[in-house]
Amino acid sequence: MSIVEELPAVPSPAPVEVPEPNYLNAGYTLRSWLLTTDHKRIGILYLISITFFFFVGGAAATLFRLELMTPGADLVESETYNKLFTMHGVLMIFFFLIPSIPAVLGNFLIPMMIGARDLAFPKLNLISWYLLVIGGLFTTWVMLVGGVDTGWTFYTPYSSTYSNTYVMVTAIGIFITGFSSILTGLNFIVTIHTMRAPGMTWFRLPLFVWSSYATSLINVLGTPVLAAALLLIALERGLGIGIFDPALGGDPILFQHLFWFYSHPAVYIMVLPAMGVESELVAHFTRNRVFGYKFVAMASLAIALLGFLVWGHHMFVSGQSYFAGVVFSALSYMIAIPSAIKVFNWTTTMYGGTIRWDTPLLYAMGFIGLFTLGGLTGLFLAAPSLDIHMHDTYFVVAHFHYIMVGGTVMAYLGGIHFWWPKMFGRMYPESWARFSAILIFVGFNLTFFPQFILGYTGMPRRYHIYAEEFQVLNVMSSAGASILGVGYLFPMCYLFWSLKYGKPAGPNPWNATGLEWQTPSPPPTENFPITPIVDEAPYAYHHKELTH
Amino acid sequence: MDTGFRIHPEQASTAAPQVDALYFFLLGVSIFFTVLIAGLIVYFAIRFRQSAKTTRRPMEGNMALEITWIVVPLVIVTMIFFWSMSMYYDMSRIPEDALEIHVVAKQWMWKFQHPLGRREIDTLHVPAGRAVKLTMISQDVIHSFFVPAFRVKQDVLPGRYSRTWFEATEPGEYHLFCAEYCGTSHSQMIGRVVVMPQAEYQTWLAGGPKPDEPQAAGEALFARLRCGGCHGDGREAPKRGPLLAGVFERRVPLQSGTTVTADEDYLRQSILRPDARLVAGFEPMMPSYQGQLGEEEMNDLIAYLKSLGHAAVPAGANQP
Repeated sequence: MSIVEELPAVPSPAPVEVPEPNYLNAGYTLRSWLLTTDHKRIGILYLISITFFFFVGGAAATLFRLELMTPGADLVESETYNKLFTMHGVLMIFFFLIPSIPAVLGNFLIPMMIGARDLAFPKLNLISWYLLVIGGLFTTWVMLVGGVDTGWTFYTPYSSTYSNTYVMVTAIGIFITGFSSILTGLNFIVTIHTMRAPGMTWFRLPLFVWSSYATSLINVLGTPVLAAALLLIALERGLGIGIFDPALGGDPILFQHLFWFYSHPAVYIMVLPAMGVESELVAHFTRNRVFGYKFVAMASLAIALLGFLVWGHHMFVSGQSYFAGVVFSALSYMIAIPSAIKVFNWTTTMYGGTIRWDTPLLYAMGFIGLFTLGGLTGLFLAAPSLDIHMHDTYFVVAHFHYIMVGGTVMAYLGGIHFWWPKMFGRMYPESWARFSAILIFVGFNLTFFPQFILGYTGMPRRYHIYAEEFQVLNVMSSAGASILGVGYLFPMCYLFWSLKYGKPAGPNPWNATGLEWQTPSPPPTENFPITPIVDEAPYAYHHKELTH
Repeated sequence: MDTGFRIHPEQASTAAPQVDALYFFLLGVSIFFTVLIAGLIVYFAIRFRQSAKTTRRPMEGNMALEITWIVVPLVIVTMIFFWSMSMYYDMSRIPEDALEIHVVAKQWMWKFQHPLGRREIDTLHVPAGRAVKLTMISQDVIHSFFVPAFRVKQDVLPGRYSRTWFEATEPGEYHLFCAEYCGTSHSQMIGRVVVMPQAEYQTWLAGGPKPDEPQAAGEALFARLRCGGCHGDGREAPKRGPLLAGVFERRVPLQSGTTVTADEDYLRQSILRPDARLVAGFEPMMPSYQGQLGEEEMNDLIAYLKSLGHAAVPAGANQP
């Protein structure tokens, strides 16, 4: 009998890990999320909300792409078809693309990139999120239950007098959401002006901040015009005040001017932030300073300014004068120049770099290719003599999907993959991510490339029933859409999975420059324990490589 | 109408080959730059991959390069702009001797009215080798007249005449589409354009049911609506309203002090909303005919007003 009794094998308690306080573990209650004023938490709230809108809008697209497999009407009736493409456009543009990069990545990153603790107006920031969610859920509900069939463009007098669907309430939903854009834009502008860390001069700002700044200017200046146009529709529809309907003494073209005065710049609201993300991705994954930094930064401002002067190129066949056609065509060609500057500078940035083929780089390369093609096809549409034939055909549909999906969504996903470890402190499975990126690229091209050809051969957009000779290309497009749809589901799954099972990322898994990487992942609520002092330009990889 | 698979539309108008030439040029430019950029990024991504043993001498900026890629695209887009504009100028000018056909669009059909009064729905017969001018108006929402084989498209607006023209070259049948979303059956607002040799078109024009010629129909309307009570019968100086003989395309002084050319839009507006642009020297006493005339009747009435000719205006006829 031994003196020392063997103790039963009790598993020794795991050392209690006291996690560093960060913005995620600062509170677990619903209240701590719904009443937060932390820009990072609000960014996450946006991420969840716009992902919801993206999948509802995507479901609508899935249905009408299925319908378009055959020339006839077999899956849904024309009324339903029209409601589906309207729902797709409204949700994707107003509730996904416009808030996507600015509200999710911008919210999360701008204060960290400039070395600030939060945005200038944290409560206003929370209100902005509520406005988007209230407007978005209301609009989604209206469109699911009742439906609206005017297209996202709401052309009068169809929308103001003839449509028998829920135009007013949809307009109210979008109207409310507009204030979210305006307030967020205002918040970013003030933050970037007043809250930069010591030493963070304007030309030391990361290019993402520059393009967010340009975007915010458009948001603040353009969105009120859309709000006014929607309000006028409501006045005509509700009170019979003649503004757009000629039967009431109005002018239907006036609406198109007001609408495109916002909605063309809105294209740049969607793509400028993507260009900002692109600059970051290219720099960090080639470990190079962005080539021609000042040209790229100034090109953003040039695009924001010129973007307000080209709306007439949507109206070459609407009955505007020959002279207006000439002027708007010339201005539209001018805007090709800053876009070209950016593409060439990103390409050259890759020269001589140390290129890591991580998922964000794949998205970044996809972005350059697709945005280039999207931009070049814009040259066709800016020529009135060609646009007369191409206007309102599938060529236009393909063109703007190359910009907004090929451009913005690729950059958004690239950005999400790049900053995911920062947001949640976890890595995602790299091979799944690369596979998905390639799948999305292939699916995207198969969906939208045939639509260029479809458009030039003469298939008008918004056609539920179409001529037989268009079927082959439509089937190709629908096949591509199914691949694209699956491609979008993958990141949803593995990113969600990584929240729990992903490898811990550490503060700087990419070994990147930039203030956001100089703080733990996930960052503490106050972002930086001590306010950083900036003493060098962004993307200082060569300096960094030398000192290590 | 060839309904086989195709990647390029038929060419059946004088504009089509010109439009296609610019299209193919732009296609070339697009392919060149897409291949250049895509080629470069893939090449750089491979050559400068992390594991590669290569010299890495990155550049931070280069003014000569920046200027190059500002100037080269600028030269290309300027070229495209002037090419496109010279074509756009021709496309915007309607030949004087064009055959005029009136188009009335409504949810969801196309109505056509030919010079001698022959009318048709959703099918448009036109002669080959002759410029055809369309004067179009919508009875409800915005529609758009689109014939891909002619490379022609023009929105058709309510409350305002819009015009376009084409010259068909190849006899045959072609798609006519409504290109501006106009409600539930937008995709069914389609038709066909039948291009015929000129002689055949003339025969076709004379055939079919014989409705009144537009100006005869217009004259009947003029009588029925008792326009002559104030405007006279078009031959002697009227008592209360302006003289209508030779009114079409006359310069008319307005109450507001400006002048206006009495084109179709002005005549239409003066019938529907007489007070909007009142002729100088007259009292605003004419009633509105809003809601009493369909667009086709309006076309007839205006055809009658045009037929009143450019008779010499008796001195002082326009004064009360």
